[in-house]
Amino acid sequence: MIIAEQKPFQSIVENLAGYNRVLILGCGTCVTVCMAGGEKEVAVLAEQIRLYQRELPEEDRYQIVEATIERQCDREFFAPVEELIKDSDCVLSMACGVGVQHISEHFTDKIVIPALDTKFFGATEEPGTWVERCAGCGSCILDLTGGICPVARCSKSLFNGPCGGSQEGACEISRDVECAWQLIYDRLKTLGRLDSLEKMIEIKDWTTARDGGPRKVVREDVKA
Amino acid sequence: MKVGSNLEKVLADGHFAVTAELGPPQSADGDLIRSKTKHFRGFVDAVNITDNQTAIVRMSSIATAAILATEGLESVIQVTCRDRNRIAIQSDLLGAAALGIRNVLCLSGDHQSFGNHQGSKNVYDIDSIQLISIVRSMRDEARFASGDEIKVPPSMFIGAVANPFADPFEFRVIRLAKKVAAGADFIQTQAVFDVPRFQEYMGMVRDRGLDQKVAILAGIIPVRSVKALAYMKSEVAGMSVPDGLIQRMASAAAPKAEGIKITVELIEQVRQIPGVRGVHLMPVMWESSIPTVCEDAGLLPRPAPAGLSSVPEATRASATTPENLSIPTS
Repeated sequence: MIIAEQKPFQSIVENLAGYNRVLILGCGTCVTVCMAGGEKEVAVLAEQIRLYQRELPEEDRYQIVEATIERQCDREFFAPVEELIKDSDCVLSMACGVGVQHISEHFTDKIVIPALDTKFFGATEEPGTWVERCAGCGSCILDLTGGICPVARCSKSLFNGPCGGSQEGACEISRDVECAWQLIYDRLKTLGRLDSLEKMIEIKDWTTARDGGPRKVVREDVKA
Repeated sequence: MKVGSNLEKVLADGHFAVTAELGPPQSADGDLIRSKTKHFRGFVDAVNITDNQTAIVRMSSIATAAILATEGLESVIQVTCRDRNRIAIQSDLLGAAALGIRNVLCLSGDHQSFGNHQGSKNVYDIDSIQLISIVRSMRDEARFASGDEIKVPPSMFIGAVANPFADPFEFRVIRLAKKVAAGADFIQTQAVFDVPRFQEYMGMVRDRGLDQKVAILAGIIPVRSVKALAYMKSEVAGMSVPDGLIQRMASAAAPKAEGIKITVELIEQVRQIPGVRGVHLMPVMWESSIPTVCEDAGLLPRPAPAGLSSVPEATRASATTPENLSIPTS
């Protein structure tokens, strides 16, 4: 899923100054699972903002409205909040960056502000800890690396083994960061596939990644 | 001879090679580089120029090498994959070759989180092994990474690094084999303090016959103080410093002399290991130790330099006939 984290409260409210009616819009998918922008987080943020507003002069206060939809990255879920959005002069989106933009693209006359910082594609390691697992580079090599991605998990995105900074399983940048290539080595050893590490992984074509420009997937078989 | 650099010639002639590292200044001070040449001239076969080591901005390795060439010193330019993509690196290699630079060392590079620009974007378009293969194909096949032809290809003696002290230990020899297969002509290792582990590593290297395919220069950091040793042990990832060595320095009556003595002993020990064909000194801003270390370790005199190719005509000729490259300078 996409992992996100709420921005510092102060930076959120600074962005809301001057509006009359702000819709805090949650998203029911990834950010609900990673507990950053679902219905519950919308309610908590709304309450925090209401408390904060008590300290503001009457004329600086704005109305807070709450809503959460299934997915902000899918237009088919917009219908229940169309009117709420039209009646607000600002949408504070608690979705990932995709949701924020998708709301902006659809409601072209509304200001849409992000309440979250979108972090990465990751997994829940344990409650309260989410870890990056995929860099979305567009051409997967997990078949070559024992199911552990060096693009996302090696600090240098190396393709042909660990650099000289790998020690006791840790990356040179921090002892708290696992060396992806140690993990790859251990996994392939367990699987009896160490020989596959002898093969050179050739220079990557990054055109499939963000480096090739904004990407699009078109599936004719799915099109209406 | 592939490129005719002095380093290549020294190794080809069967001499025990000596290279040493020079860290460029964090300024535009070319005179500082010139002032350091006295520590290298006549004591080493080639001078390694680091490429923004520990991710701290310094004068570029190519510019530094060009200054050293005017002083009659041959360089090994270091090229890391951290700051430049394949376009920039190939461009730099063309320029370096045109300036007469004949040795390159291909590295991953220290992560930018170590340096003074921690907010920078890291590049890593390619890794160090892929870089070796690019340099080799530029030189031997006159092809860019794109496959396009190079009319006047860069002629470079290709170096790579190896760290026998990093983990996973068993993978280190596999990685060396990959570097050799990619086209490495010589290897400079991480600093050896832990001689038994280095011996074990070299045994694995010999088992695979890699010592026959590549010239391995053992890395040596001249021991300056007990503090420096302790720092390397605890703070530098991928280094192994035995406690006994730290204790010996700590209890030495004359630490400076003891440090040189330890350094010389390390050189003598690695020299005994079959497959080690030279040493690479990394004085870490203590370049003035090089002459003493070389003298005491019996590494002098160095073979007469094969000559530098800083003359433009020589550079052009070398592109097609590398054998004709050598021009005696002294």
